[in-house]
Amino acid sequence: MRKWFEPFATAWVGIATHKLRSFLTILGVVIGVAAVITLMSVGKGAEQSILANIRSLGADILFVRPGATQQAGVRTAIGSATSLTLEDAQAIAQEVPDIVLVAPSSSSSVQAIAGVNNMRTQVVGVTPEYEEVYNIIMESGSFVTNYDNQNSARIAVIGSNVKDMLFPDTDPLGQTIRAGNYIIRVAGVLQSSGTSITGTTDDSILIPLNTLQLLAGQQRTSRGEHIVRTIGIKVTDPKYSTTVKDAITSLLRYRHQLLADGSEDDFTVTSIEQIMSTISSAINQLTLLLGAIAAISLLVGGIGVMNIMLVSVMERKREIGIRKALGAREGDIWGQFLIEAALLTFTGGIIGVAFGWLASYFIQKSGLMPSLVTADVVVLAVSVAIGIGLFFGFYPAWRASRLNPIEALRAE
Amino acid sequence: MIRFQGITKTYQMGKRELEVLRGINLEIKQGEMVAIMGPSGSGKTTLLNITGCLDIPTGGSYYLDGKEVSHLRPGELARVRSEKIGFIFQTFNLLPHMSALANVVLGMRYVPGADHQRDRALAALGKVGLAERASHRPTELSGGEQQRVAIARAIAKDPPLVLADEPTGNLDSRSGGELMEVLTALHHDRGITLVMITHDASVAHHCQRIVHLMDGQVVAEETV
Repeated sequence: MRKWFEPFATAWVGIATHKLRSFLTILGVVIGVAAVITLMSVGKGAEQSILANIRSLGADILFVRPGATQQAGVRTAIGSATSLTLEDAQAIAQEVPDIVLVAPSSSSSVQAIAGVNNMRTQVVGVTPEYEEVYNIIMESGSFVTNYDNQNSARIAVIGSNVKDMLFPDTDPLGQTIRAGNYIIRVAGVLQSSGTSITGTTDDSILIPLNTLQLLAGQQRTSRGEHIVRTIGIKVTDPKYSTTVKDAITSLLRYRHQLLADGSEDDFTVTSIEQIMSTISSAINQLTLLLGAIAAISLLVGGIGVMNIMLVSVMERKREIGIRKALGAREGDIWGQFLIEAALLTFTGGIIGVAFGWLASYFIQKSGLMPSLVTADVVVLAVSVAIGIGLFFGFYPAWRASRLNPIEALRAE
Repeated sequence: MIRFQGITKTYQMGKRELEVLRGINLEIKQGEMVAIMGPSGSGKTTLLNITGCLDIPTGGSYYLDGKEVSHLRPGELARVRSEKIGFIFQTFNLLPHMSALANVVLGMRYVPGADHQRDRALAALGKVGLAERASHRPTELSGGEQQRVAIARAIAKDPPLVLADEPTGNLDSRSGGELMEVLTALHHDRGITLVMITHDASVAHHCQRIVHLMDGQVVAEETV
């Protein structure tokens, strides 16, 4: 018991005797570890908050979007093709099992005018299903109804920014907006949703899908079907996501006549989970990058440790000589200085974790960024700190152990 | 206890060779108290370093306790030092940030299997009359007291051989006299073999034998 404890006690006495020097030695490590903890916590926090945001949409949601078009060898962005139709959405709703809701939507850009205020914004044509699939929360009024859609009613549900822009001082409910040649009455206002994976509804004006067809002119394919931009689908249970996705894919391939020649899908089906894992891995890489940058300061701290340990060995030559005269072997001296270095950087690591945690806490508190300190990061940072002590303490400790006892005793 | 046969020591000073010891033949029996005297540069300290296994001779043989130790490797020399030899230095060489007691305990730190270190350290401090000052730091003690702590450190592990390099050199004559009384008493009580370097004839006369060195050779021996 006493035997293994002794070298640590000796090392601790060595550290405590030279408080200022010890503090300066570990300062670099403290800053390095604090930087790693803070940056990693910000990265983790961002990941958690984005994932939570996505998850709030529900893991039971799938999106179908048109594929990219290829024109003269130039591939355009996903969603730019005009291959997805309202009829596709109806077919999915009728033929694919385990689906609760299908919400086709389309959009068009308009200049919206209300009184003296106007703004350029996006008008989204939606069906009543949109509300649940996209997790819409109403501030006041009511959402688009089936009756509205069937009758191409000239009503709108507006996002919070639209309300602020067009109706800064008045209650928008019942008031009218002019969009192109059409006058639309405001039937509802949405709560601010912030930006999520499906974009934001804050800047949008939602109107019935059929109304949009009128307003933006008939958008139809060559076969006469009504073009939509996105079909949102809610499945009965997240566990059916994959089977539903497969069923939709084969149904649309059949409908788009892609079966025979085995050509590429002209649409994509994505699940929230897929999006989440993509984003999660992207953020993880970013977090690692941040951590790596912070780790450079740890490395610099380590070099500082070596510097001061070397000075310390020279300063304590006499102590080393005395210990050698008393029978200390090279291994004893080497161990003493190595443990001292490791104990120093370990202490630095602990202090660094405390500072990093504090910084992370204040970043969270200030509302600037979300942050999250996770156990694995703390363990990693402290282990790396100890490792740095062992690595950069190795050479100074070796120098100390090789000192000639007679010369060391003669040192001032 | 100690037997030197033709011990030589040569230092390389750049291109020149400096012959410090030129064939020392000397025997010191168990329980003897011997003083080594001689002018500066006569090789006293080098001889004491070799005796204490801090250094190895260039030539010749050194038998300590019947065992040839002149060609041991550094680790083995350290082992011999820890088990058999206690050192007392002219400048005391206590660690300033430790209490007297901790300094004495340090004397047993590198002895394999040394137990009850605290009790033994307290007993050793008692022997040199400093039991009440165990918790004091070296800076709070007088020179004589510091050297007594150093003696306690040297004897705490009960070594068969204690070496002292001018133990009274940094003390006034009264403290020096008191110190010699302590050393003499220890020598009597424990039968420790004691070898010391000194310039002071009155100190040397506490010993049983005085060896005179000159230019790296033993020039005279006298029995007191």
